[in-house]
Amino acid sequence: MRYERTGGGFNLAALLLAAGFSLIAFHAGPALALDTAGGTAGLTAPFRPIYLVLAAILVAALAGFYMGRTQSLRTAGGQIRDLHSLPSYYGFYVALWCGLPAFVLFVAWMIVEPGIVDDMVLAGLPSSLSELPPQRLGLILNDIHNLAAGEGFARVADEQMVAAARHYNALREIGFWAMVAAIAAFAAGGLYHGRARIAPALRARNGVERTITVMMIVCSTVSIFVTIGIVLSLLFEAIRFFQLVPFWDFLFGLEWSPQTAIRKDQVGSAGAFGAIPLFAGTLLITFIAMCVAVPIGLMSAIYLSEYCPRHLRGIIKPALEILAGVPTVVYGFFAALVVAPFFRDTGMVIGLDVASESALAAGMVMGIMIIPFVSSLSDDVINAVPQAMRDGSYALGATRSETVRQVIVPAALPGIVGGILLAVSRAIGETMIVVMAAGLAANLTANPLEAVTTVTVQMVTLLVGDQEFDSAKTLAAFALGLVLFFITLGLNVFALRIVRKYREIYD
Amino acid sequence: MANTQLQDADPRDGAVSSRPAARRTKMAARDVNVFYGDTHALKGVDLDVYEHEVTAFIGPSGCGKSTLLRCLNRMNDMIEGCRVSGEMTLDGRDIYSRDIDVVQLRAEIGMVFQKPNPFPKSIYDNVAYGPRIHGLARTKSDLDEIVLTSLEKTGLLDEVHDRLDQPGTGLSGGQQQRLCIARAIAVSPKVILMDEPCSALDPIATARIEELIDELRENYTIVIVTHNMQQAARVSQRTAFFHLGSLIEMDETEQVFTSPKNEHTQGYITGRYG
Amino acid sequence: MTDLANDPTAAREAASAAARVRRRYAAERRFRLYGILAIGAALSFLVLLLASIVLRGYGAFTATEVELDVFFDPAVLDPSGALDRATLGGADYRRLIIAAVGDRFEGAEDRRAKREALAMISTGARFDLRDMVLENPGIVGTTRKVWLQTSADIDMLRKGFITREVSEGERRVSDRQLGWFDSLAADGQVRTVFNTRFLTGGDSREPERAGIGGAIVGSLFTMLVTLLLAFPFGVMTAVYLEEFAPKNNKWVDLIEVNINNLAAVPSIVFGLLGLAVFLNFFELPRSAPVVGGMTLALMTLPTIIIATRSALKAVPPSIREAALGVGASSIQVVTHHVLPLALPGILTGTIIGMAQALGETAPLLMIGMVAFIVDIPGGPTDPATVLPVQIFLWADSPERAFVEKTAAAIMVLLFFLILMNAIAILLRRRFERRW
Repeated sequence: MRYERTGGGFNLAALLLAAGFSLIAFHAGPALALDTAGGTAGLTAPFRPIYLVLAAILVAALAGFYMGRTQSLRTAGGQIRDLHSLPSYYGFYVALWCGLPAFVLFVAWMIVEPGIVDDMVLAGLPSSLSELPPQRLGLILNDIHNLAAGEGFARVADEQMVAAARHYNALREIGFWAMVAAIAAFAAGGLYHGRARIAPALRARNGVERTITVMMIVCSTVSIFVTIGIVLSLLFEAIRFFQLVPFWDFLFGLEWSPQTAIRKDQVGSAGAFGAIPLFAGTLLITFIAMCVAVPIGLMSAIYLSEYCPRHLRGIIKPALEILAGVPTVVYGFFAALVVAPFFRDTGMVIGLDVASESALAAGMVMGIMIIPFVSSLSDDVINAVPQAMRDGSYALGATRSETVRQVIVPAALPGIVGGILLAVSRAIGETMIVVMAAGLAANLTANPLEAVTTVTVQMVTLLVGDQEFDSAKTLAAFALGLVLFFITLGLNVFALRIVRKYREIYD
Repeated sequence: MANTQLQDADPRDGAVSSRPAARRTKMAARDVNVFYGDTHALKGVDLDVYEHEVTAFIGPSGCGKSTLLRCLNRMNDMIEGCRVSGEMTLDGRDIYSRDIDVVQLRAEIGMVFQKPNPFPKSIYDNVAYGPRIHGLARTKSDLDEIVLTSLEKTGLLDEVHDRLDQPGTGLSGGQQQRLCIARAIAVSPKVILMDEPCSALDPIATARIEELIDELRENYTIVIVTHNMQQAARVSQRTAFFHLGSLIEMDETEQVFTSPKNEHTQGYITGRYG
Repeated sequence: MTDLANDPTAAREAASAAARVRRRYAAERRFRLYGILAIGAALSFLVLLLASIVLRGYGAFTATEVELDVFFDPAVLDPSGALDRATLGGADYRRLIIAAVGDRFEGAEDRRAKREALAMISTGARFDLRDMVLENPGIVGTTRKVWLQTSADIDMLRKGFITREVSEGERRVSDRQLGWFDSLAADGQVRTVFNTRFLTGGDSREPERAGIGGAIVGSLFTMLVTLLLAFPFGVMTAVYLEEFAPKNNKWVDLIEVNINNLAAVPSIVFGLLGLAVFLNFFELPRSAPVVGGMTLALMTLPTIIIATRSALKAVPPSIREAALGVGASSIQVVTHHVLPLALPGILTGTIIGMAQALGETAPLLMIGMVAFIVDIPGGPTDPATVLPVQIFLWADSPERAFVEKTAAAIMVLLFFLILMNAIAILLRRRFERRW
C-alpha cells in the first residue's frame, strides 16, 4: 500500500499553522487601533482574544497530526506494514507533542497571570495607597480592575487610580502577548521534537495510549479535587467567620439578625449569628415536606408495583417523573403565587391567621417536589423484594394489602428508610422553593402557619448582591454552607450505606 | 358437579388402575387448559388427587407440572395474561367458581416453594403469620399452641425452641424449608402443594424433608412436583408424568416406575431424556 | 362458604370467620383506595402546577397595540434638516407620541390628562418610532398611521385581568383611560399581535418590553460551557473507572465514594464553591456564563459519570473479549467497540444531566448571575442571566404583568426541558440494545 500525497500533507500543515497565528494577529489589529478611542476615564480593557489562542492551539495540533501522518509514511517508504503503528497514531503522537504542552502552558498561564499582575500593580502604587491595610487594598484593587475594564464607574477616579489602571492594562497586554509568544514557541518546539522522533520503529500507538490513560486518570481525580475544593473553600471562609463570631454562639445561639453595622458604635452592631432559628425553620419545613411526600410517595410506589396493571403503570410512572423534572424555581413560583395565597385566604375564611410566607406553603410544595423522589426510590426497593416473599404470603391466603403491610414493607423497610433519608437530605439542601416562598425573618417557632426562614434562604440573602468578603455577614453564609454540607453528607453516607446493605441481602 | 361420580368416571383409559376402594378424591382436574398469553402451557389435563396420599408430578423442564400445581391453589391468578379453563375441584367444590374466595381457598390449600422463603421476621412470627391473618387464634396462648404444634410436627421445635424470636432467615437451608412447611400447616390446610421443595437442599436435609412428607401424609393430602425421580419413587403413592403440557401417564408410583405404559414415560424414567 | 368441617373450633366460629373475611376485604379495598388517592394526589398536583402556569402565562405571548396617527414632526426630529443619523437617533421621540395621543384622545388637554394618555403607550414605543425613522428617514414630515405597543396596564385591561366594576382608585387604569381605550377599540384601532419581543428581547423594567431573549442566549452559553467541560471529563472518568481502573484499589474506591456523594451535595453548595474559587480566587468575571457553566459542570459531572458507567456496564464483556482476542489494544477496544455501543446511553445521560443544569438556579445566584441585564450577551464572558434566574427575578416583581411574563418564561423553560427529555427518550428508544 502506497500513499502518494506525502508532500502535500506537510504543506497543508504549515498552512494551518500559519493560518492559526495570523488569525490572532488579524483580530488584534483593529482592536489596537480602537485603544485610543477611550472609555469613561480614557481606558478600555486590553484586547486579549483567549478563544483565538485556544483555536490556534487546536489548529496547530491538527497541523501536527497531518505532519506526523505524512512523515511516518515517508520514513516507511509508503509501506504501512513497516511501521510499528498505523500512520494516524504517528499523527496523534505529533499532535499531542504539539498541542498538549502548549495547552497546559495556556491553562497554567491563565491561572497564574492575574495574581502576578496584581502584585506588580500593587507594588507600583504610590506609598500613600500601598501602605493601606490588606482589606482596603483589596477594595482598591477591585476599583482598579473596574476602572481598567472601562466600566462606567460611580466612584471618583483620581489620578493615581487611573495611572494604576493604565499600568494594569499595560501589564495585562504585555502578559497576553508574552503568553502568545510562549505558546507559539511551545507548539513549534513540540512539533519539531515530535516530528524528529518519527521513525518506523517508534511505538507511536503505545505513547498515544499511555498519554490517553494518564489523561483519563487526571480526569477521574477531578471529583476528588471538587470535594476538596468544596471543603477547603467552605472551611477557610468559615474559619474567618468563627474568628469574628464564636463557634458555640453560632451553633447554639437563639437569635439571628445578621445586619452589619453602618457605624462602629451602633447598637447591636455586631449582629446576632445564632443559627438555631435557621436550623429549626429548616427542620420544620423539611418535616412538613416529608409529611406530604412520604405517605403519597410510598403509597404511590406500593400501588404502582403491587396493584397497578402494567399498561397503566407505563403511563403513571413517567407522569410522576415529570414532577421530578420540573425545575425548583418553578415550584418556588407555584408556592409563592398559588399555594401560599390559597392557604392565607383559606385561613382567613376559617379565622386562622396564616402568614403569607407560611412554612406550610413552602413545606407542602417542597413535599410535592419530593414525591417522585420518594416514590421511585421506594419502587426500586419494593421491586427488589424477592417474588418468593410475595408467593409465600399469598400461598398462605393473605390478601394483597396484608402481604404489602406485613411482608413487603417490613422486608423493604431498610431501603425505604434509606430512601427517605436521601429525600430529607434533599429537602434540607433545597433552595429555590424556600427562597421564593419562605420568610426572611428568623422566627423560632413550631407553628407551621407562621413564616420561618431556613439555612439556604439565609445563604442566598447574605450573598446575593453583596461583594465584600470581609464582613461577618457574608462569611456567615459560608459557615452555614459548611454546616449544610456536612449534614447532607452525613445523611447521604448513612442512607447509601443502609440501601447498599439492604441490596446485599437480596442480591 | 357431583364429585362422588368422579372417582369412577375416569375418561382416560388405562390412566388409572388397581385402585383400592377406600380411596377418596380430594382434588380433581377435568380438561384443564392453561394459557400464558399465546402459549398453551397445559393441554386438557384430567387427574385425581387422593386424600392422605402423596401424589408426585414428574416430567422434564417446562412440561407444565409446576403450572398445574400453581393452578391448584390459584397462584396463577397473580400472573398477568394467564388464563385457565376447565374444572378443578376441592372436595367437589369448583375452586374457580365465582363464590370461592381465593384467600380462603389458599388457607385450605397450602404451598411450599422450591427455594425456602421465610419472611424476614422471627421464627415465631413466620409461623404465626397465617393464623394471625386468618384469625385462627383467639388468645395469645391459642396462637402459641398453634405455633408450637406446627413446629413440632415438622420436627423443628427441638432445634429452635430457645430462639423463636430470632429471624427465620438465620436458619440453615433445610431448617428454613421445614419452617416454611410449619408455616403452611399452621393454618391447618387440607392439601399441601410442594414445588420441588428439596431442590435447593443438601442430601441430608432432603432426606429429613422426605421423612417429614411421609409423616404429614397421615393428616394432609400432599402434591409434590419434583425433578428427582428417586424422590418421587421414595415419597409418593401415585405419580403423574407430564410432557409438553400434557398428562402422559398417571398411576400407582410403583406401576409407573416398574412398568410404564407409555414410551415417553419409559424414556424419561430410564434417563433417555429429561 | 367456609368448609372447615374437620376442625371443630372453626365450625363453631363459622359466622365470626365470615365477618372476619369481610373485614379483611374491606381493609384490602381501603388500602387500594389509599394507593389510588396517593397517585391521584400526585397527578393532580402535577396538573394543578402546569395548569396554573399555563393559565397565567399564555397571555404573555400576545401583545396589545393601538393605532395612532403619528406626525413625524421635523421641528422635533431634525430642526436643521440635515437628516443625519446622529441627530435623528438622538431626537426626543416621546414628544411625537405626546402629540399623537393629544390629538386622538378627547379631553387630554391638562397636564394630568396628558400624563394619563401617555401612560397608555409603552415607554418603549419611542424606540420603535426611532427605528422606523432611522430605517426610512423619508417619513420625516409626514403623518403615518402607526401601531404602537400599549403599556402593560392597558395590555392587562385588554386581556381581561383588570376588572372595570371596581372603583377607579382600586384599579391601575383610570376611568378616562378606559374611555379612550374603548373608543380606540370601537374604531378598530386596537389589535393583538404575537409578542415576538418577548422571545427575542432582553430584560426591561417595563413589563411589556421585557423579554427572555437575553436569558435564552445566556442559558445557551452557560450550557455550552457546561457541556464542553462536563462531557469530556465525565466520560473520561467513567471510562477509566469502568474499563481501566484496578479493582479493589483504595484510590479508586475513594473516587467512587466521592462521585456518589457529590451527586447528592445540595446545589447551593456548588454555588459557594464557584463563588470562593472561581470568583474570589481566580477572579473570573461575575455574572458571566463562563463561571456559571463551570459551576454547573461540576454539578453535572456526577450525573454524567454515573449514567456513562451504567451504559458501559451494559455492554457485554464478550464484545471486549472478542476485540482483545483479535489483538486490539485495550484503548482500541474501548474506542472502537465499547464506546460506540454505549454512546446512546451516554448521550441520554448527558442530556438528562444538561436538562437538570438548565433548570438549576441556586448556584447561579451565588455567583452573581442575578444582575439586571438588558443587553443580550455576545459571548460567554459577557454579563448575562439565564432562564431560571430570569424567572426568579421576575417572580419577585409585584406587577400583574410580570406574573404573566414569569409564567410564560416558565413555559418556555419547560418547553426546552421537555424537548431535551423527548430527545433523550427518543435516543433510548431508537438505539437501545437488549443483549
